[in-house]
Amino acid sequence: MSLIDSLPRVGAPKLPKADGLIPWIVPLAIILIWQLACVTGFVPSRVLPAPTDVALAGWKLLLSGELVRNIWVSFWRASIGFLIGGGIGFAFGLANGLSQLSAKLTDTTLQMVRNIPHLALIPLVILWFGIDESAKLFLVALGVFFPIYLNTLHGIRTVDPQLIEMGRIYGMTDGELFRRVIFPGALPSIFVGLRFALGIMWLTLIVAETIAASSGLGYMAMQAREFMLIDVVVLSILIYALLGKLADSASRALERLTLAWHPAFQQK
Amino acid sequence: MQEALRFRPVDAEPIDHADIVVKARQLRRGSDAAARGLSLTIRGLRKSFGDNEVLRGIDLHIPAGQFVAIVGRSGCGKSTLLRLIAGLEAPTAGSIGFGEQPRAQDVRVMFQEPRLLPWARVLSNVEVGLGRERSSADAQARAEHALVEVGLGDKRTQWPSVLSGGQKQRVALARALVSRPRVLAFDEPLGALDALTRISMQQLLERVWRDQGFTAILVTHDVAEAVALADRVLVIEDGRIARDVTVDLPRPRRRGSAELAALEGEILKHLLEGSDDTSDL
Repeated sequence: MSLIDSLPRVGAPKLPKADGLIPWIVPLAIILIWQLACVTGFVPSRVLPAPTDVALAGWKLLLSGELVRNIWVSFWRASIGFLIGGGIGFAFGLANGLSQLSAKLTDTTLQMVRNIPHLALIPLVILWFGIDESAKLFLVALGVFFPIYLNTLHGIRTVDPQLIEMGRIYGMTDGELFRRVIFPGALPSIFVGLRFALGIMWLTLIVAETIAASSGLGYMAMQAREFMLIDVVVLSILIYALLGKLADSASRALERLTLAWHPAFQQK
Repeated sequence: MQEALRFRPVDAEPIDHADIVVKARQLRRGSDAAARGLSLTIRGLRKSFGDNEVLRGIDLHIPAGQFVAIVGRSGCGKSTLLRLIAGLEAPTAGSIGFGEQPRAQDVRVMFQEPRLLPWARVLSNVEVGLGRERSSADAQARAEHALVEVGLGDKRTQWPSVLSGGQKQRVALARALVSRPRVLAFDEPLGALDALTRISMQQLLERVWRDQGFTAILVTHDVAEAVALADRVLVIEDGRIARDVTVDLPRPRRRGSAELAALEGEILKHLLEGSDDTSDL
């Protein structure tokens, strides 16, 4: 995506303001068609409430403070779980990428654990932790661990050996070699892991909150289902989409900032 | 013609005609430059990779400040010899000695690939060449000076990805030069460049060598390049020095001159005859 975006445009006039709006044309059109379908009665409101009804439900929940509280709880769980799992994954990725011994010691084990779908652990996790915070944090951390671990490891292993040789010839210490050659070289791959992990982070959290929670967005959606509040269910789903987009935009902004050297991120 | 061609046996005494030529040239250049290069003595050098003996006994003396080109067919061991001189590999047997004990930044290598850090601006890439002196106060000034020397002073804030192949190689040259090395080893640095860029890079190499007076060792498969640049051309065959040719032609040398062409033809003929020999095996 970003590669094609950054290709020099030949002949196309630059419209910087309109450019920013283009990605939103499709979502807006979908909402418009959806609204029309509901207003005309093509889709019964028991199946899918109109966007305006969803917005109204959102407004009510916003006024009652329930919405903000649930979003905040989910956001907090997502971030903490991400930091724990991502941090450990990153640490293992670095250790196994840099040290043969560490890789021999832990990689096989990690690869075995990786092949267990982490959501399959939910029954076990509920038995261990009940339905309190640690259960959700554990699942999120486990979910984000692997994409970060695998991509950090891959990034470090695939740093151009010629550059590493160059660094050694020019007298870089191990620390300098890591800071100036290995880490920047692994960074594009680490970002791929980061973006995968963000997706898995939301997925895990929502599933965990839907099954075992007493607060959060997933819980809000499940409660709404109990009371047949389909507008709130749809609202929750839309909020997931927005939060996911937000996380992705944040990681892309970070990418642009740190990978300015990369031809794919250079703006002419 | 015969003046220019002086083949001599490999096991000749280290001090010889070539030394005198170099000394005279250094006198012309001034004593400052003459003090810069390091002489190099290689004795009984052997290198094996497993069962494969790549170098089978090299004896060689390179006087300080001499420009030596090493030519040979691919796989003859010329790059291995260079990597040994640069300290990138350890010899299996034999020794490599410099005129004085070199510091790390006294011996530099330039590769066929520029090997620039894509995530560092051009100037930071040149600063890498300062080695341990990277953190000194004048590091940036020295790097800028080296960039100006290779004619890229205006590119210092660019990313390497926007430079052309020739420009990248010039940045790599600046990085190699910034620590003022006394021995500079080139491993086919121009091999990946187009013909016109090659010629201007050759002129640049010759100029910085004349200005700085380091000992230059150039591995190349291009015999024309070797005779155009070097004081002396070594032909390596089967891991040994098969020929040691002194190129005693005045500089700047005119490309395509009859003397250069004759010398090139002579060396090429030798190389091709060598390949006939192996095809019989």
